Amino acid sequence: MMTTGVAEVPWRGRALLAVLLAVLVVAPFVVSSYLLSVLILVLYFAYLGQAWNIMMGFAGQLSLGHALYFGLGAYTAAALYTKFGVTPWAGMAAGAIVSAVAGAFIGALGFRFRIGGVYFALLTIAFAEFTRILFDHIDWVGGTAGFFLPVSNRDTNDLWNLRGDPTMFYYVWLAGAGGVLALCRMLLSSRLGYYWLAIREDELAAQALGINTFRYKIAAVMLSAALTACGGVVYAFYNNNLFPEPIFSVARSIDMLLGAVTGGVGTLMGPIVGAFILTPLGEGLTVALEPLQDLFKLDGIKQVFYGLCVVLIVIFQRHGVWPYLARKLGLRQLIGART
Amino acid sequence: MSGLHLRDVSKRFRGLQAVDRVSFDVAEGAIVALIGPNGAGKTTTFNLIAGVTRPDNGEIRFGDMRLDGRKPHQVCAAGIARTFQIVRPFGELSVEENVVVGCLHVTHDIGAARSAARQILERLDLWSKRAQRAASLTLPDRKRLEVARALGTRPQLLLLDEVMAGLRPTETDQMVAFFREINRDLGITILLIEHVMRAVMALAQHVIVLNYGKKIAEGRPDAIVRDPAVLECYLGEEAV
Repeated sequence: MMTTGVAEVPWRGRALLAVLLAVLVVAPFVVSSYLLSVLILVLYFAYLGQAWNIMMGFAGQLSLGHALYFGLGAYTAAALYTKFGVTPWAGMAAGAIVSAVAGAFIGALGFRFRIGGVYFALLTIAFAEFTRILFDHIDWVGGTAGFFLPVSNRDTNDLWNLRGDPTMFYYVWLAGAGGVLALCRMLLSSRLGYYWLAIREDELAAQALGINTFRYKIAAVMLSAALTACGGVVYAFYNNNLFPEPIFSVARSIDMLLGAVTGGVGTLMGPIVGAFILTPLGEGLTVALEPLQDLFKLDGIKQVFYGLCVVLIVIFQRHGVWPYLARKLGLRQLIGART
Repeated sequence: MSGLHLRDVSKRFRGLQAVDRVSFDVAEGAIVALIGPNGAGKTTTFNLIAGVTRPDNGEIRFGDMRLDGRKPHQVCAAGIARTFQIVRPFGELSVEENVVVGCLHVTHDIGAARSAARQILERLDLWSKRAQRAASLTLPDRKRLEVARALGTRPQLLLLDEVMAGLRPTETDQMVAFFREINRDLGITILLIEHVMRAVMALAQHVIVLNYGKKIAEGRPDAIVRDPAVLECYLGEEAV
């Protein structure tokens, strides 16, 4: 008899994951710098989608304002580094705490007053939006003019201060995406994970089984927010510039969840699969449609096609691509959340 | 003083007096049935006990503990588990996982929760269906799952809301035997809402009758089925 709650991953699943990991580890030695930047984006979305998925996919709480946590993390660590010389890793801890507290506050507000579903999602958008406007007016971190990290010694890799070339950042993102996947798998096979899924499925029934649903929902928001903040920190040090508008924008919040939704909400592989589909799709469309755009002056044609593709994916694979893919690969056991 | 005690409990929804100064006691170790026509306030009474809704007036005690005003998870922690009349399975989770969630109330260890769940599933004939999605079960199985999940929390008092509805007579008898067993072997007190009189007569030592939110009779089952007031509002003349 099995003594853990983790569904055994069949050897083919393990093998597939090992191959994927091996390919990703050696990729920087083989691919062009352009392809490397695309892969960084893939891992970036895989990481953030996974973090968002904890709140929505596991605990069933819809957030459309995750840019808030992302931005708070980014600005906190960037400010600590630029103004006080604090290492981004300490800044990451600080940013994670700031975002977790913000998440707890928004969660408490929503859950205490029984603001559920889409109304809760509106609340999350509202907080992200007025934080964006707030940061427009904080001159200490640049306001609308933007906040810039000092770009120096780009030729040497300094992991301690997150100063280095794209390859270094690639491995940081890879470690992050892999780490958060492992963390989520572990959580799902714990009491916390069972309770989250129970709350997602039926909150009233969960309460009747002795679950303090308020507490566990808050825990989901805090963890999701903290992990998202960590992603924001790496983003800040990769990009070296922060503007309130793109950082806290609704578009960023949507981008974060799109991968998880197309890949499969509530599954562990969904956010990764989604990121691997959407990012290359976006990049591919940019390249493919460039002549069309130049020829007919059709600005935004890429977005139209991108949106169309996402709509089609969601129409044909309502539960995401991963459940379909897993069945095709004979990995049916891996569809469920606990894989 | 142990057992469950309701004193002058009332609940009003807008214009409707759903529960009207109801008092009754469920002694520790007893099996008590709550019967009455649809809309009599039986499920509302359950929700008041379980902490889903708060009574307007009155007092609900379980042993020495005041229950009214407590939240559902606190009521569960006090040792009371309930099933839902309109079943509420965790649909996307497996049958086993549903019960494990209940068992995790008493242990933090997944392994221990799983073996506890296994015992319950085997006793309720759900073990062979453990890997199925709960949403794919038939209604009688889902009712059984409600019971299994509730038992996972190791309650002292079990509130059963029409768990025998839709069962065939032989299945009803099996469930009756099962409840007798857990009452006798595990000392679990049972308060059940039930329309299936076959089950009520076989199980309950004491019956409470509600009508329009009021308690209109209570007593031994054989006396209740002869009570003219009960016959008139609920059972009908032919039940005599």
